[in-house]
Amino acid sequence: MAVQVRQAVRPERNSWVSSYLPEVARGLAVTSRQFFRNLFGGQDVATIQYPEVKRAYPARYRGLHRLTYRDDGQVRCVACMCCSTVCPAQCIHITPAEHDDPGIEKYPASFVIDELRCIVCGLCVEACPCDAIRMDSGIHAHPFYERDRAFLNKDYLMDLGCPSTARQGGIHKGSADKQH
Amino acid sequence: MLLDLFVILLKIAGVVLGFAFPLGAALTLFGDRKQSALVQNRVGPNRARLPFIPAALLGIPHLIADSIKMIFKEDIIPEKANHFWHTIAPALSVFPAIALWAVIPFMDQVCLGTSAPALVEGTFRDVCTGETRNWFSIANLDAGLLYVFAISSISVYGAAIAGWASNNKYSLLGGLRSSAQMISYEVSMALSIMGLLIVYGTLNLNEMAALQGHLLFGWLPMWGIVVQPLSFFLFFVIMMAETKRAPFNAPEGESEIVAGYFTEFSSMKFGVIQLSEYIATVFVGALVSTLFLGGWQIPWLYADGFHFGTESAEPTLALPYWLVVMLRIGAFSVKTLLLVWLQFMLRWTLPSFRYDQIMTLGWKVLLPLSLLNLFVTAFVVTVLL
Repeated sequence: MAVQVRQAVRPERNSWVSSYLPEVARGLAVTSRQFFRNLFGGQDVATIQYPEVKRAYPARYRGLHRLTYRDDGQVRCVACMCCSTVCPAQCIHITPAEHDDPGIEKYPASFVIDELRCIVCGLCVEACPCDAIRMDSGIHAHPFYERDRAFLNKDYLMDLGCPSTARQGGIHKGSADKQH
Repeated sequence: MLLDLFVILLKIAGVVLGFAFPLGAALTLFGDRKQSALVQNRVGPNRARLPFIPAALLGIPHLIADSIKMIFKEDIIPEKANHFWHTIAPALSVFPAIALWAVIPFMDQVCLGTSAPALVEGTFRDVCTGETRNWFSIANLDAGLLYVFAISSISVYGAAIAGWASNNKYSLLGGLRSSAQMISYEVSMALSIMGLLIVYGTLNLNEMAALQGHLLFGWLPMWGIVVQPLSFFLFFVIMMAETKRAPFNAPEGESEIVAGYFTEFSSMKFGVIQLSEYIATVFVGALVSTLFLGGWQIPWLYADGFHFGTESAEPTLALPYWLVVMLRIGAFSVKTLLLVWLQFMLRWTLPSFRYDQIMTLGWKVLLPLSLLNLFVTAFVVTVLL
């Protein structure tokens, strides 16, 4: 097998280029064009003036966690421990408790996410069987002045939350048919 | 006598404190930071705010913040440095930059005659019936250009002494480089301008500017750039090298020798050295526009108004004398600013020359070209005319 050698194309150094002056003029033309274009309009400046103007996050941006709730306002989570089990950073701490309603088996008595440990991988959202935990709040994780503040509890996560339309016990038959 | 002294002081204050210094200081912001930002698709400084004013004001508050910072920073003199010369070096570099402005004419001699000055046919000169006053240049020296050469040559002392007195090897190298660069360009600087002297026959800068009101073939203003295009190019390049700014910034050489000859300077000493470079940049613009771009001349504008077409006693568009004076000062300032803009544009376009390339350019390119220009001009003037 022959060795493939790619010959780089070098610009020709004729006396026109070597005399330097025409190239200076060409360079000046480039910089001047950019100067005047940015002076009157500035369409080439990509800078975003951050605190005043913010870049829109993409739709699938993984922001702070939030807990969804049922139609009656109770937490959707059934404390199945799927998320805390799958979490590679082990940052989700759930204390399950028995629910008064016989239709609901368990609920999280406390649900704490340690934001200092979270690696924002999104596996908890993938693992959740009932759409109880989401990362679609779009809120950038804040810096914290005190370590305690970084432990987001159930009240905080539910304040960010929204009602979930998912139904307990799996997907509806109609929609399941549609998927297949 | 006392009134004359007062007028001179007023002129010095006006030119140095009212034009050279503020423009030089403004260039640290607009030339270096804003212009480079625009060339490089950036925004540039715009975050500083004045109290109670929420607008960015083109970044002008940065100028104030910078100068306040400069003034209040600690002034450090290295222990092994020569304290006397280290202290005096910034003054030595800023003095020539300011002193050069003495001969720059911002306008012709002001005419205080009973009737307004008018263009006299066949001379292309305004003739004043009363007495003239030298209000718009600090000194109307007959040896003006020689003065410029002399003073701009001693500006190297500031850099050389600053480099030597710092007791720092980088500074010393920077000082040596600036001396070597100065020597390579000094010869061609004088020679490149000789052709212009042959054409004008005077060293007086104001006289030179006045002579550029001549019209070639009845319509083309006889500006220096028209009669001596090669000389314009050579002189502009040489004067840029003289200011020690990019692309001729080997004495500073940020990428090689820290900051060159002013590495060991801090606080306002550093500020003064920087400022003197910017003032020198503005001066190059003023000098080149005086010598080659007609100075305060506006094409076809004479003291009584515009004379389009041929030179006739009656102006095509009559203007009052005070308006002509204002227009001429404005024209000179605009030309100067354009050349300053061009110098900064070149700075943001060209990479710095290597040290040996600067020497080569000075001795092997610019010097022969200057001699050639001188020879051709002398030949044309003596043989053909």
